[in-house]
Amino acid sequence: MDNHFLLRFENLERVYKVGDSEVRALGGITHSIAEGDIVAIMGPSGSGKSTLMNIIGCLDKPTSGKYFLEGEDISTFDKNRLARIRNSKIGFVFQSFNLLSRTTALENVELPLLYSNIPGKKVREMAYRSLEKVGLKGREMHKTNQISGGEMQRVAIARALVNEPSLILADEPTGNLDTTTGNEIMEVFKLLNKENKKTIILVTHDPEVAVVARKRIYIRDGLIEKVEE
Amino acid sequence: MNITKTLKVAILALARNKMRSFLTALGIIIGVGAVIAMVSIGQGAKKEVEARFNSMGTNLLFVRAGSRSFRGISGGTGTVQNLTPKDADAILEADAVLNVSPSVNTRAQVVYGNKNWNTSIYGVGEKYPDVRNWEIEQGVFFDESHVRSGSKVAVLGSEVNNNLFEGADSLGQIIRVKKIPFRVIGVLKSKGEAGGYMNQDDVIVIPYTTAQRRLLGQTDRIQSIDVAAVSADQTDEAMEQISEILRIRHRIAPGAEDDFNVRNMSEIAEGAAESTKILTVLLGGIASISLLVGGIGIMNIMLVSVTERIREIGIRMSVGAREQDILLQFLTEAVTLSILGGLLGIGLGLGSAKLITQFSPMKTVVEIGSIAMAFIFSGSVGIFFGFYPARKASKLDPIEALRYE
Repeated sequence: MDNHFLLRFENLERVYKVGDSEVRALGGITHSIAEGDIVAIMGPSGSGKSTLMNIIGCLDKPTSGKYFLEGEDISTFDKNRLARIRNSKIGFVFQSFNLLSRTTALENVELPLLYSNIPGKKVREMAYRSLEKVGLKGREMHKTNQISGGEMQRVAIARALVNEPSLILADEPTGNLDTTTGNEIMEVFKLLNKENKKTIILVTHDPEVAVVARKRIYIRDGLIEKVEE
Repeated sequence: MNITKTLKVAILALARNKMRSFLTALGIIIGVGAVIAMVSIGQGAKKEVEARFNSMGTNLLFVRAGSRSFRGISGGTGTVQNLTPKDADAILEADAVLNVSPSVNTRAQVVYGNKNWNTSIYGVGEKYPDVRNWEIEQGVFFDESHVRSGSKVAVLGSEVNNNLFEGADSLGQIIRVKKIPFRVIGVLKSKGEAGGYMNQDDVIVIPYTTAQRRLLGQTDRIQSIDVAAVSADQTDEAMEQISEILRIRHRIAPGAEDDFNVRNMSEIAEGAAESTKILTVLLGGIASISLLVGGIGIMNIMLVSVTERIREIGIRMSVGAREQDILLQFLTEAVTLSILGGLLGIGLGLGSAKLITQFSPMKTVVEIGSIAMAFIFSGSVGIFFGFYPARKASKLDPIEALRYE
C-alpha cells in the first residue's frame, strides 16, 4: 500500500434500503487521493457524490469495499471510533455554514476541541490562531448572527482547521455566497493548500469552484465517470 | 469531553433560553418546596407530641393488670383485675422507685348547677401530682387522710374547670358525679393536648378509695399503678424491680407469663409519635406528586429542546461528538435544571415553613434529612426524566441531523 496516498477507496459500494427495494448510491468506486492535493468531486445531484462525501467524512460507512485513511481501514470502525476520526483527522465546511447560532465565532471554533483531550487553556489559544489564519483576527467575540455570510464561512473554515486535521472536506462551500465572496473563500482554500499543505476535497457542481482543484473526479450514477488532472 | 466542559456547555445552553429554563425548573422548585414544607408540618406535629409526652415525665412507669391465660386462651390486657393497693405499697419499697399512685378510672357526667360535662374520673393516691409531675394551679391536692377515709373531694383539670365554672371561683363549690356530691378543693395546671386525641386537662381527680366505693362499687382491686422512678435513667431498673416484686406477690411460677405489664412513658410516646409519622408520609406523598409533575415538565421541555436543536446535534457529531457525549450533554442539562430547581425549592420550602409557623397555629420542623432527601430526589427526577430525551438526541443520525431544517 502506498503511503503517500492520504485516502484510498477500494471498490466502495453503498446501498440504501428503501422499503423493499434497494437503491445503489455508490456502485464500486476505486480511487486514491494524495496527501497535499486539492481535489474536486463533481457530479449532478443524485449522482452519489454526497454519499461519497459522507463516507469520506466518516459520517457514513460503505456497505462493502474498503476505505483507507492514512493507511487505516476506516470501513471496519464502529461509531465511536468514527467520531474520533472525525474529531482528529477531518474538518468539515458546509454549504450552509452550520455554525451554532447565538454563539461567538470563538466558541464555534473551539467546538471540535471540546470533544478532544486538549486542555482548556490550549483550546482557546488554538481557536484564536485558527481564526487568525482565515483573516478573522479581532472578530473572535462577534456572535454568528452578527456577521456576514463570507465571515460565517471563514469561521466554519477556522473550525475545520482548528484540530489540525489531515483532510478538509468542503461541501459546496460557496453555494450560499455571492461570486465575489465565493472567490475570496476559494482563495482561503488555495492558501491553506499552498502554505499549510492541507489536503482539500471540494464537493461541488460549480465548475468555477472546481477550477481551483488540481484534480477533478466526475461522478455519475454512483460510478467515476472520468478524472481530469 | 470532561465534566467541567460538559457542565459549561449545559449551562450555556440553558442560559440561551432563560425564561424557558426558569419555567421548566419552576415545576421542580414548587415540588421540592411543597415536599419540604409539608414534611416540616408532619415533623413539627411529631416534635410537639414528643414534647407533650416528655412534660408528663420521662421517669414515669405504668403498671397495668395483664392478661390471664385460661386453658390456653389468653385474654387481652386488663381482662383480669389483679392489682391491689397493697401491690402499690410493695412497689414503693423498691430502690429505683420514688413515688407510686394506685389508679382507677371511669367516665361520668359531672354536674354543677345547670351545667354538665362528660369527663374522665381518675381515682388516684395522694402522691399523684408528684408521680405525674403535675402542679396545682389553685387550692390544694387531697392528702393521705382524704384517701384513707375516702373523702368526697375533687381536684379539677383546667378544661373541666373552665367548662363547669367558666372563670368563676370553683374552690369550695360542690359538684355532683353520679349524684354524689364532691367538694372542689383544687384545680390542676393545664398540660395541653397530647397528640390531639387525648386532652390531659379534661379530667377530674378524686381519691381512689372514694372512686372504688362510690363510683365503682368495689373496694379491693385497682386498674393500674402509676410509678415514678427515681430518675429517667433508672426506669429500666425500676421496671425490673417492679416485675420481680409483683411476680413474688402474685405467686407466678418461674417461666410462666406475667399477669401484669409494665410500660414506660417513652414507649407510649413512641407509639403516639408513630401516628404523626403517618401524617408526615401522607403530606410528603401528596407533595411528591407535584415533584413528579415537575419531572414530567422537564421531560417535555427536553424533548422540545432536542427537536429544536437537531441541527446543533448534527454539527456536534460532525466535529467528533460521540453518542455518549451528546447523551451526557442533554442529561446534564436536565439534571442541572432539576438540581437548580431543587436548590431554589429548598429555599422556598424553608421560607414556607417559616411562614406557616408564623401565621398559623401549626408548628414546623425542617430536618436536614428532609432537605437532603428532597435534593437527592430532585436530582434523580432530572436523571430519570432527562434520560429519554437525551438518548433520543444521541441516537440521531449525523447525516440526517445536519440536513434537518
